[in-house]
Amino acid sequence: MRCETVSEQTILKMRNIDKTFPGVRALSGVDFSLCKGEIHALMGENGAGKSTLIKVLTGVYEKDGGTIELEGQGEVHIHSPEDAQKHGISTVYQEITLCPNLTVAENMYIGRTAGMFTNWKKINADADRILRQLDIPAKATQQLASCSIAVQQMVAIARAVDMECKVLILDEPTSSLDEQEVQKLFGLMRDLRKNGVGIIFVTHFLDQVYEVCDKITVLRDGQLVGEYKISELPRVQLVAKMLGKEMDDLSDIKGESGSADEAQAGEVVYEAEGLESAAGVRPFDFHIRKGEVNGFTGLLGSGRSESVRAIFGADRVTGGKVKMHGREVKISNPYEAMKNGIAYLPEDRKVDGIVGDLSVKENIILALQVMKGFFKPFTKAEANAFADEYIKKLNIKTASAETPVKSLSGGNQQKVILARWLLMHPEYLILDEPTRGIDIGTKVDIQKLVLELASEGMAVTFISSETDEMLRTCSRLIVMRDRHVVGELKGDELTQSMIMSTIAGGGEEHE
Amino acid sequence: MNKNSGSLVKRLVGHQLFIPILAIILLAVVNLINDPGFFRITVGTNNAGNTVLSGYLITILDFGSELAILALGMTLVTAAAGGQDISVGATIAITGSAMLRILCGGVARPEKIAAPIIVAFLFGCVVGMLCGAFNGALVAIFKIQPMIATLILFTAGRSIAAWINNNELPIVPDPRFAYFGGFIPGIPIPTTVFIAAACIVIMLLVLKFTNLGLYTQAVGINENSARLNGINPTKIKFLAFVILGLCVAVAALIKVSRLSTINYSVIAKDIEMDAILAVALGGNALSGGRFNIMASILGAYVIQFLTTTLYKFNVSSDALAAYKAVVVILLVVFSAPIVREKIGKFGRRRASAREARG
Repeated sequence: MRCETVSEQTILKMRNIDKTFPGVRALSGVDFSLCKGEIHALMGENGAGKSTLIKVLTGVYEKDGGTIELEGQGEVHIHSPEDAQKHGISTVYQEITLCPNLTVAENMYIGRTAGMFTNWKKINADADRILRQLDIPAKATQQLASCSIAVQQMVAIARAVDMECKVLILDEPTSSLDEQEVQKLFGLMRDLRKNGVGIIFVTHFLDQVYEVCDKITVLRDGQLVGEYKISELPRVQLVAKMLGKEMDDLSDIKGESGSADEAQAGEVVYEAEGLESAAGVRPFDFHIRKGEVNGFTGLLGSGRSESVRAIFGADRVTGGKVKMHGREVKISNPYEAMKNGIAYLPEDRKVDGIVGDLSVKENIILALQVMKGFFKPFTKAEANAFADEYIKKLNIKTASAETPVKSLSGGNQQKVILARWLLMHPEYLILDEPTRGIDIGTKVDIQKLVLELASEGMAVTFISSETDEMLRTCSRLIVMRDRHVVGELKGDELTQSMIMSTIAGGGEEHE
Repeated sequence: MNKNSGSLVKRLVGHQLFIPILAIILLAVVNLINDPGFFRITVGTNNAGNTVLSGYLITILDFGSELAILALGMTLVTAAAGGQDISVGATIAITGSAMLRILCGGVARPEKIAAPIIVAFLFGCVVGMLCGAFNGALVAIFKIQPMIATLILFTAGRSIAAWINNNELPIVPDPRFAYFGGFIPGIPIPTTVFIAAACIVIMLLVLKFTNLGLYTQAVGINENSARLNGINPTKIKFLAFVILGLCVAVAALIKVSRLSTINYSVIAKDIEMDAILAVALGGNALSGGRFNIMASILGAYVIQFLTTTLYKFNVSSDALAAYKAVVVILLVVFSAPIVREKIGKFGRRRASAREARG
């Protein structure tokens, strides 16, 4: 596709890019072009080849075939991230790759001060100027770790911008930001667009694509599906193109089970009274019944994760009574929670979930193995059987059960952790953001699975920052604000607007 | 047939045991060229009048024992804590001294031993495990970096060892005590070989019949995740140090038995570095996580093979360290993933070139 106007020239052209990994054709003949001053979304399911394409462009991987052309430089060969940076291509990754214990200015200038001596005064002043220009609420001399994740992300962008980048790649920059922070980031992106920077935006959030992007390129299974102007591609079609099929309406998956009346549901499985933890969550009451799906909702930092962590004993529990099936139990660490049939899929897959260097098999059997005991390891045959069963059941895409889990795509890693907990056959399953950062197909799979498990009698707590996902799956929502439970919604109250108003200031009428 | 040779080379090069085995082969070839007599094993009589086997290979197996035993524990500590214990040499001095104290009853030149050897050894084990527990507590509970935590006993250990025996150098009068670091009458193979073999077998059995390996690796790779799966990382790290303490006690028994006495400032000097090197030569990441215990054991024997080879070449013991360093640099560079990947690629290209020609 050509660029819109004459003033908008193409600044990046990738043609016929091929990349093969052992056993996988990650990219075959992919074209991609980017114009000056546009925000271009790169969309696709996990394993579609987005990350690979980005990594080829930034020199992390060497391409096997194809050409990369940059405006004014002709064909270029990019062999390393430093090369990419020299060519004016900068990347801001999903995970912050800066050094948290250095200052903001140090982070912005690290690795690019020439010579042995550094004029910190000047650098701090420069940094402050850029931060002001971009309206980033941070000071040059502040330690990076003291900034919020959003600000850290912006500092990473500021670093990229200051290096006079022409192409800025944002890889899932919004997945750990709240709505307000996202808006700030978008403001920054729009400013950069005005200055002629070409931005490649990789995200899983459809709303955000439609809010800020000009064009969309869709990849599927390592191949180019097409490039579209945002106005010409309605959402439904985008999803269909990403999945390669017409998708049945997502809202259908809930069926009858979700709307089941609480009274009809089974006995109370778990019950907490005045539960509080060292992570700062205020005492709250909570219960869940057999076959029920409920959720905690609230803004980022409202304490929804801390609440379920308290239930699982992941943070130090400082007070409260807990009952399982009406019998009082003590849950002060994860092991005791597991012994009581509670499973917890943590919010941060990389930090708390996967054990990266261990194989898929070892990751799957880990929790059950711990439950079984230190002196009773599973035999090879048992472990293989478990792994194979769940790889098949959850359709985990991996070369083999022996593959290190870190080499899997995000969605498949999530499935491995899910498999780990399902293998335990818990009575009560807590899923904290199970759909974050994974492709839409897997998201639907996971939501379906949740409802299926509930219909088989499992109690499930499902947390997602995408409220429509929660509305689709949960029959009861606990609303939180500032680490307090401020309300509980069920039945007809389960609407977006009700949630919003409860978060905003309602809640007294409930409870 | 050629089709697979590329990936075969890669698989071979990629295997963790490749470097230590390659090093052993290289050392063997060098010695074979220099003097085939290196591999001769002769039957002779030692000072005590026993029939014993002797030869360079026997020397390697004999003197590699302490290192191999230490490498077992060091591998676990490295995997769980992502750091190393640099106090093992000093704690060998402490445990060795403790054993001598029990055996000699605090007398420098006793007529006969004051307690059975087994009692002294068991006491040494307790002392070794206490040293390990001390290090383990600092690392696991107080979250001090392993090298800093173990620096304490590294610095103080030899003084403590001397203090245990009032700075005397007691000599064990019982010839049976010398069996552990020498020969048992009637058995021509050094006792140390059996002790090392027993330790290795026990460790392999423990790894097979418990989840020590899985837990240790999980803790070393991702402590948070391990905790959320019901593992107690503090316990596992602590346990690793205590196991290393036990290894130290066994190594100390051998060391003290070799001389039937102790020299506080010289005993097991620099052995901590060799033990760490054994783990590294085995291709185990010193930052923790995944480990292969067999690779560490082979690494230990590679180091002893190298030392013995250098002695054979008449390198004086003062210059030994320098020569060793050169070889170690080569081995370490060669075992770096980046170099091995290149070699793997080279092998693949050659294979595909052959294919093209054929």
